Amino acid sequence: MIGARLYLLQRLSALVMAPLVLGHLATMIYAVQNGLSAVEILSRTQGSILWGLFYGLFVIAVSIHAAIGLRIVLFEWGVLPVRRLDLFTWGAGLLLFFLGARAIVAVVM
Amino acid sequence: MENINRKLKVRVWRGTQGDGTFSTYEVPAQESQTILDVVTWIQQYAEPTLAYRFACRVGMCGSCAMNVNGIPRWTCRTHVQKVLEDGELEIAPLRNLPVVKDLVTDMSEFFDKWVGAEGRFHPSATRDDEIAAISPADPKRANANAAIECINCAVCYSACDTIAQNPAYFGPAALNRAWTLQNDERDTAFKSRLETISGRGGCTNCHSHQSCMTYCPNELNPTESIAGLKRMTTRSFLFGGR
Amino acid sequence: MMRYRKGDDLRIASLIHRFSGVVLAVFLPVHFYVLGLALSDAAQLDGFLKWTDLAIVKIAEAGLVLLLALHMFGGLRLLAIEFLPWSPRQKTFAAAAIAISFFVSASFFLSAV
Repeated sequence: MIGARLYLLQRLSALVMAPLVLGHLATMIYAVQNGLSAVEILSRTQGSILWGLFYGLFVIAVSIHAAIGLRIVLFEWGVLPVRRLDLFTWGAGLLLFFLGARAIVAVVM
Repeated sequence: MENINRKLKVRVWRGTQGDGTFSTYEVPAQESQTILDVVTWIQQYAEPTLAYRFACRVGMCGSCAMNVNGIPRWTCRTHVQKVLEDGELEIAPLRNLPVVKDLVTDMSEFFDKWVGAEGRFHPSATRDDEIAAISPADPKRANANAAIECINCAVCYSACDTIAQNPAYFGPAALNRAWTLQNDERDTAFKSRLETISGRGGCTNCHSHQSCMTYCPNELNPTESIAGLKRMTTRSFLFGGR
Repeated sequence: MMRYRKGDDLRIASLIHRFSGVVLAVFLPVHFYVLGLALSDAAQLDGFLKWTDLAIVKIAEAGLVLLLALHMFGGLRLLAIEFLPWSPRQKTFAAAAIAISFFVSASFFLSAV
């Protein structure tokens, strides 16, 4: 149950994320080698404008993408009626954005 | 003929939407027998009240589509030998459409969506004008030609998982038709049709499962047509106009 | 009950895409929350991260990596359908997306243990 606008946001956010996911996968495979620790993660990310931009863009794109994706799935599964869809999409998107932004602040700043 | 005494075990849906059951019939097997032959035999010799729909018997009219062993098919051109599973057949009405009785579905919504997706030709000339000269090599004409041989059998509509979960979706046939018209030089409704097919129920609902393409008896590719409509939608949204 | 066809290859591919997307969407808030722990105190994040030494957690992580890869590579296949000229090799692309995803996930797991 989406029109042209949400469709394009969904595809555009996907396009933006494709290289970001590749970067994220590579980082994970690299970073997990010696086990995960806060010091190790924070030493890489803290104060880094590049990581801030990388994950900032990632969080924006994923908030849009996941909110629209869940909207479609929950509608097609019969969980959400049409009249609730817009409210749900905004709610899910904003929640993800808020939590994601908080996470970035925590590990980058 | 060697298999003259062989019988097919055929389960046929009897009843209406949500209120029916399969009845089993033994049908004599014959060479080059089609599913429609089997259904006709049952009605003629075993179950005179069996309701089913057909007209041309040669794969042109699109009336006789049914679910055969779980797969939507044009029954007049489907050979029993090709779809038999352990000597058995299960014949049911098409999915995604209300059942009127037995094997007959109410195809109103299928045709309503055809019209709803602006599947009508809006001519730019009258019968008194010269016939438009359009080169068969024109890329747009090639697009239209590739998708034009639809017989409205609703096999794709029945195969589509998206319609099953999103009943407002126009479905493959209607959108495929809209795609041919969007590529027709002589049509005047490009803009209004684009608005319709990119709105609710439009092409953006398609998930590209490609069941329409897999099962289309005329080997059309509605998924490709719908992808073309998605690109038209994208272009128009980003850049406006044509 | 009437039965309908089951198990078309590309239908399975679409179910994988849907399932992986939903799981990732549910996982994301948790992921963000855990990283957010570092906001108040890095030790709190460490307290959580020590769980990741457990084998079972590593397997779960590899599973999430697999889902992320499946969703992205499968999604690229869908974007190609919608924005590139049609290719008749759809099942090959779907199979390739799944194969690459397992490779990525296995690389992660081997790197984690």
